[in-house]
Amino acid sequence: MRLNCPHCGPRDRREFYYYGAAAYLDRPSPDAPAQAWDDYLHNRDNPAGMTQDLWYHEQGCTAWLKVTRNTVTHEIIAVDAVATPKASGGMA
Amino acid sequence: MRIDGKGRIDRTRPLTFAFDGVSYPAYKGDTLASALMANDVRVVGRSFKYHRPRGILTAGSEEPGALVEIMGPANQTPNTRATVQEVFEGLTARSQNRWPSLRWDLLGINDLASPFLSAGFYYKTFMWPRAFWEKIYEPLIRRAAGLGSLSGRHDEGTYEKAYAFCDLLIVGAGPTGLIAALAAGRSGADVILAEDAAEMGGRLLSDEGQIDGAPAQEWLASVLAELALMPNVRLMPRTAVTGAYDDGTYGALERVGLHRRPRPNLPRECFWRITARRTILATGALERPIAFADNDRPGIMMASAMASYLNRYGVSPGRKVTFFANNDSARATARSFVAAGLSVAAIIDSRPDAPDEGDIPVHKGAVVIGTKGRHGLQEITLRTGSGEVRLETDALGMAGGWNPSLHLTCHMNGRPRWSAELAAFVPSPGAVPGLVAAGAANGTFSTHGCLAAGLAAAQEVLTDLGHKAAPVDLPQAENAPYTISPLWAVPGKGRAWLDFANDVTTKDVALSAQEGFSSVEHMKRYTTQGMAPDQGKSSNVAALAVLADATGRGIPETGTTTFRPPFVPVSIAAMGAGARAEGFAPQRFMTSDQASRDRGAPMIEAGLWYRPSYFPKPGETTWREACDREVAMVRNSVGISDVSTLGKIDLQGRDAGRFLDFVYTNTFSTLPVGRVRYGVMLREDGHVLDDGTTARLGENHWLMTTTTAAAGLVMRHLDFVHQAFCADWDVRFISVTEHWAQFAVAGPKARDLLTSALGAAPGLPFMGVRAATIQGVAGRVFRISFSGEEGYEVAVPARYGEALFRDLTARAETMGGGLYGMEALNVLRIEKGFITHAEIHGRTTAFDIGMEKMVSAKKDCIGKAAASRPGMIGAARAQLVGLKPLTDSPLTAGAHLFTQSADVKRETDQGYVTSVGYSPTLASWLALAFLHDGRARHGETIRLVDHLRKVDVLCTVTDPVFHDPMGEKLRA
Repeated sequence: MRLNCPHCGPRDRREFYYYGAAAYLDRPSPDAPAQAWDDYLHNRDNPAGMTQDLWYHEQGCTAWLKVTRNTVTHEIIAVDAVATPKASGGMA
Repeated sequence: MRIDGKGRIDRTRPLTFAFDGVSYPAYKGDTLASALMANDVRVVGRSFKYHRPRGILTAGSEEPGALVEIMGPANQTPNTRATVQEVFEGLTARSQNRWPSLRWDLLGINDLASPFLSAGFYYKTFMWPRAFWEKIYEPLIRRAAGLGSLSGRHDEGTYEKAYAFCDLLIVGAGPTGLIAALAAGRSGADVILAEDAAEMGGRLLSDEGQIDGAPAQEWLASVLAELALMPNVRLMPRTAVTGAYDDGTYGALERVGLHRRPRPNLPRECFWRITARRTILATGALERPIAFADNDRPGIMMASAMASYLNRYGVSPGRKVTFFANNDSARATARSFVAAGLSVAAIIDSRPDAPDEGDIPVHKGAVVIGTKGRHGLQEITLRTGSGEVRLETDALGMAGGWNPSLHLTCHMNGRPRWSAELAAFVPSPGAVPGLVAAGAANGTFSTHGCLAAGLAAAQEVLTDLGHKAAPVDLPQAENAPYTISPLWAVPGKGRAWLDFANDVTTKDVALSAQEGFSSVEHMKRYTTQGMAPDQGKSSNVAALAVLADATGRGIPETGTTTFRPPFVPVSIAAMGAGARAEGFAPQRFMTSDQASRDRGAPMIEAGLWYRPSYFPKPGETTWREACDREVAMVRNSVGISDVSTLGKIDLQGRDAGRFLDFVYTNTFSTLPVGRVRYGVMLREDGHVLDDGTTARLGENHWLMTTTTAAAGLVMRHLDFVHQAFCADWDVRFISVTEHWAQFAVAGPKARDLLTSALGAAPGLPFMGVRAATIQGVAGRVFRISFSGEEGYEVAVPARYGEALFRDLTARAETMGGGLYGMEALNVLRIEKGFITHAEIHGRTTAFDIGMEKMVSAKKDCIGKAAASRPGMIGAARAQLVGLKPLTDSPLTAGAHLFTQSADVKRETDQGYVTSVGYSPTLASWLALAFLHDGRARHGETIRLVDHLRKVDVLCTVTDPVFHDPMGEKLRA
């Protein structure tokens, strides 16, 4: 398996650390209800098909990446850097 | 026996090898199988279940029966296929799965007991009584099961792993693969041609065919010569492609040194990961046997293998041979045998309309119904239209038709398609993206058809890849149509083998269906058909045809089991090449490593780092003596310890302080320049991630330290928080762990030592930091302490680390101090109640370690929301406490805590011990522990129990800080 890192190009998956669902990017506000935090921290879907998850290019550029892929066909549709100028996650 | 004038072996290079202690002659180019055959050794092994004598069935890597142990100086390799193992001078092989000897095998009794050992007998026999399982059945099965054996020692052989990339990977170097390589090579494409066998050529090496009116081997030689000269073509013989994976990645196993005399540094095997833009599967086809009564005797083999032995190796399995066929493919082989001066007694052809074959008698519409010869075939019985006929023969070639070697096309969940015309499964196009099957692997069996298909496949791929296809002439070759009349099993009495390795007969398959295991996947598991090292290469299709017959379904409806990687057995040693012992993980060494070893310090692993455990002095006989001395030295004088393994992260930018506020529970942005603050970091789920100190070196410049264990984890965490939540902030950071060597100087004389080393008093308040010139080198001095004594840490660029370490050590020793290791460091911090990852082990909260006040109410931070949720705080939590035994008794980490009156059982568990040590300062064992509602229970007597290490001690619950609770020494 290879991921097309937006900074480094196609790289072997051994260079990457897998984290989990990209839902981890959607951090609730500090005063959000407990249920929102519970969902954010613990509840994940396990889709057969399209999914988005987080990978860390630990042995490369250290970018966190959002990978859009198909768990059935193994097709990788997109690899995007998590960091964007607007990625302030409610921390502005 | 050896046949003069035949074969490609080198008769000018005689060799000697040994099998079961007997020495035999062979020639360079022989496989162990051909060499044994040359010496008339017919029984080579014993079958798995019935211990029936097994001879040689095939001439390739699909061999199910001729499995032997190869004895090497440092290895004993079981289940080696004699058909693959090449003979070298001094090769030593041993038969397996027999006792006491190959000819007289006591477990041959299983053969007589076969009525009781039918399909599923494990499941039926070893069920009851339940109590028998562990003590009787399992040891019994273990003793009887298995084929070869290992040496019981480490495999000290050398293995390699390697990576390769190419435009076009061609799997198989028969006519299809060779012409494809020629076309792609001439077009300038980057080509890898991988061939399982030692020699390239495939069936061209075994069949006496013609290409363009000349012997096919002439064409083969010219193509190989041209390919060898092409810089863009890599020829990889002895390389089996074992699996197809995502993105055009293929696994392949190269036999680098298995065919040579072992010598140091000669790798045995190399496991390749090949990444190819396109792949042509040209793996050919495997001939399949026919099931008939007692078809497993040595001397009964594949007709195509007989051709290989005669034409490639110059040996014959017998003097009077016969063939049993349902198609024409054995005819050329029969003619080869006649031409070589051997007697062909008959061709038994199941087709009533089979053609004649010159002087060779052909029994048309006939089948073989029985055989004789315990240690080798002597006679067969035929059923013909005119009754039963007995024939004397010592070698019978089975020609049951051909199965395309489509295994790789199934590795990504592709399902093969049934071709009624070929009576075989053929690959489904597109089953593996980027891979196209061609030639016999795709169901095209004539040589001419293979050449045409290989050329067409190459041209298609080259166009795809944007190469202009260079011209290659399509040579003329044999182009006979393939006509087959399916014959899977001859009905009748007796056992007819399907799987020769695992002893699965047609009766077993029928029984499986009868007992309800009628799906092909169930049948496989119930009978173990196809589960031997050969993965059912010669039995799968026939077994499912028999199953289809037993269930009344057609073959396409019955379907196949799934072919999974690897295509041939891959030794774990090859896949794990380089990863054994010290290769298992990288090793990180501190700059003081050699200096520490010079002083006899045993080094212990801390993550990937190696740190000194203690520094023994003459006369000290145990580590405890050294540890106690080092602890006292730090408490009374001064100690030096290398702390460079702690993670160091340099942060810069206008928002760096704000960023630290977000990742730490406490506030850092208010910290003045030149000061250091201790901080706790949480995971987003509220549990403690790590702790450490962060220094403010300048207005926008910070240096964070992490624990040794969590350095990588924290870096990953910081990167995530930054990139995911505040990428627009002005902060950048990088790990500088290896750029700085840092040494702790601790004890009442630490200041004096620093003054002498720096040439001036350090002049720092507790938790202060400043730049310093240390003997001419720009560095930093911190006043921080992990021991509870007045402590400093001196940092210099790593290249000066060893010199400074030796300098500080010498200064300490003149003052009555010296070095201390990890054991003493651990005792010092336990005395002081400082935590490590023994305490912040991933399930503890800031509340648990008594640091909930460090979670700032004024700001958000990672983990804050979760840390305050019900269940994460409060009396129900196990909280950090100290323990001191009432008597002078050793304590153990991992012990559990109980109230004095309670029964010791899981339900009454009150907590557990995380760290222990003997404190020479307090002359007592001490422990840190987590105890339910522990902070409210100081002074209580609690029972510490460790059943594993037989410890049962009463302890007083105390504050976790045993030494200098007011921190007066620290701040002195």
